[in-house]
Amino acid sequence: MSTKEKTWWYVAGIAIALYALFPIAWIVSLSFKAPSDLANGSFLPTAFSGENYALILNGDASSLFLPALRNSFGICLIATFISVFLSMFAAYAIARLDFPGKKLILGTALGVAIFPVISIVTPLFNLWRQIGLYDTWPGLIIPYLSLTLPLSIWTMSAFFREIPWEMEQAAQVDGATTWQAFRKVIVPLAAPGVFTTAIIAFFIAWNDFVYGISLTSTGASRPVPAALGLFSGASQFEDPTGAIAAAAVIVTIPVVILVLVFQRRIVAGLTNGAVKG
Amino acid sequence: MTTTQAPTGARTGASAPAPVKKQVSDRAKAERKLGWMLAGPAMAVMLLVTAYPIAQAVYDSLFDYRLTDPENRSFTGLSNYVVVLTDQLWWQSVGVTLLITLITVAVELVLGFALAMVMNKALKAIRPFLRAVILIPYAVITVVSAFAWQFAFDINTGFVNSWFAWLPGVSAETDWFGDFGTSLFVICLAEIWKTTPFISLLLLAGLAQVPEVLQEAAQVDGATWWQRMRRVTIPNMKAAIMVALLFRTLDAFRVFDSIFVMTAGANGTETVSFLAYRQTISRLEIGLGSAVSVLLFLAVVLIAFIFIKGFKVDLSQARGDG
Repeated sequence: MSTKEKTWWYVAGIAIALYALFPIAWIVSLSFKAPSDLANGSFLPTAFSGENYALILNGDASSLFLPALRNSFGICLIATFISVFLSMFAAYAIARLDFPGKKLILGTALGVAIFPVISIVTPLFNLWRQIGLYDTWPGLIIPYLSLTLPLSIWTMSAFFREIPWEMEQAAQVDGATTWQAFRKVIVPLAAPGVFTTAIIAFFIAWNDFVYGISLTSTGASRPVPAALGLFSGASQFEDPTGAIAAAAVIVTIPVVILVLVFQRRIVAGLTNGAVKG
Repeated sequence: MTTTQAPTGARTGASAPAPVKKQVSDRAKAERKLGWMLAGPAMAVMLLVTAYPIAQAVYDSLFDYRLTDPENRSFTGLSNYVVVLTDQLWWQSVGVTLLITLITVAVELVLGFALAMVMNKALKAIRPFLRAVILIPYAVITVVSAFAWQFAFDINTGFVNSWFAWLPGVSAETDWFGDFGTSLFVICLAEIWKTTPFISLLLLAGLAQVPEVLQEAAQVDGATWWQRMRRVTIPNMKAAIMVALLFRTLDAFRVFDSIFVMTAGANGTETVSFLAYRQTISRLEIGLGSAVSVLLFLAVVLIAFIFIKGFKVDLSQARGDG
């Protein structure tokens, strides 16, 4: 490849990096602007200020942000755990067994995945108020399963299909017990798929907004996206922009790190489940 | 299936080995039982969290029911649907939703394809970096992305007005969220930024399936880049394109987060999802809100149906059920 061609590839690469990172850089820059600096009309702050972070981490806005952060982590982790646990068994059955319900299960997962969330919210809003699940953790964990479960079943089935299951028998022939064969051979092969599925399911739950604003009313269960969406400043005279930017950066950084560390697996998980020859 | 009789099997043609299925061996029976035991709970939970709520929504939609006035709940049949379908607000929101869907999906398909092409052919040295970086918009919370774009264009906190003041029509005073067209422009921009990576990754997976030999053969035969594109690449990745289109269309049709954050439906930017939300959660009109929800659900089913039947999207591909 000629040097000229190489240069072009690097230019294209830089363009893609700019595309992906520019809005992130902007929100980071915005989060370091002091309130008086917010309207300076330029991309960068005139002077870096940690004021916004102080405001959301131990200032007036912390009573809104910190509980939301705790709710988001707790609710999303539990919903992820439940759906990964359930779909582990389902995916094993789909990948390894031959039974007529297979297509029905995968079809249902597809149907649930394309379901408009708002159509579920309306009846749940009413029902949750009647049975006392409104504004509670379980009140969000249950509907989150409609987001995470179909995706987990899909992604994990695709991963499990790739596992060379005959290795299990080979181990048994070599004298391993059934349990040993499963634990020493199958578990290490299946673990990356399970782990990747968990990351993707967590992203989906972490991203939810509709359930979050509709089924909660206080800091008891309101997750971060909903808290951000309804954030209107500690007092009505305060512009919430800086605080929102700082909170946005805090919830975005862990996700960006996860993506950078596990990108290869996440790409495989996202595309295996969806497109397969 | 287990009781399929031989004559029926014969009549339905030779497509399926129906008579063989008549005697399900013990082994197959045990396998079936185990399969349902393992997959049953997941299936049951999926149905519980979707089929039940939508059934409840259908039921609720038949009542005149306000949460502020629960005593006067009364059965009104389909009148909620009549109210919704004869209201200009509904058609306006359907129009906006379709417009956003059309614009974003069309742009994303072209842009996503370009990104996929670059990632597919990029130097080995930068390929992992590109795939990591492209995932970032996908992983960022939609609400965060909506805020980032909103603040960028905002008349007070933004930089866009000062950066693009040289463009005709843009000045320090430009209020992007002041009218329909410009609001819609920023909304679409935010949606496109956030979801193009997903499309491009699906298309990249499709590109990887196009046989290299075909490309080379076409090149040897003197086909131009465009000819190779149209005759070799695209036909060979049609399945991936259709799956990506189906997913993104359905996703775009449900657009809600960006609308809520950026305009809250102002200047006629209300989408169907937002209308349903406003009726139910803000106005506590459970009956009307349910009717809108059911109609949205039907619209999504219709779109999926059109794709699957009309464009013959092979969902066994989508399911990874190769």
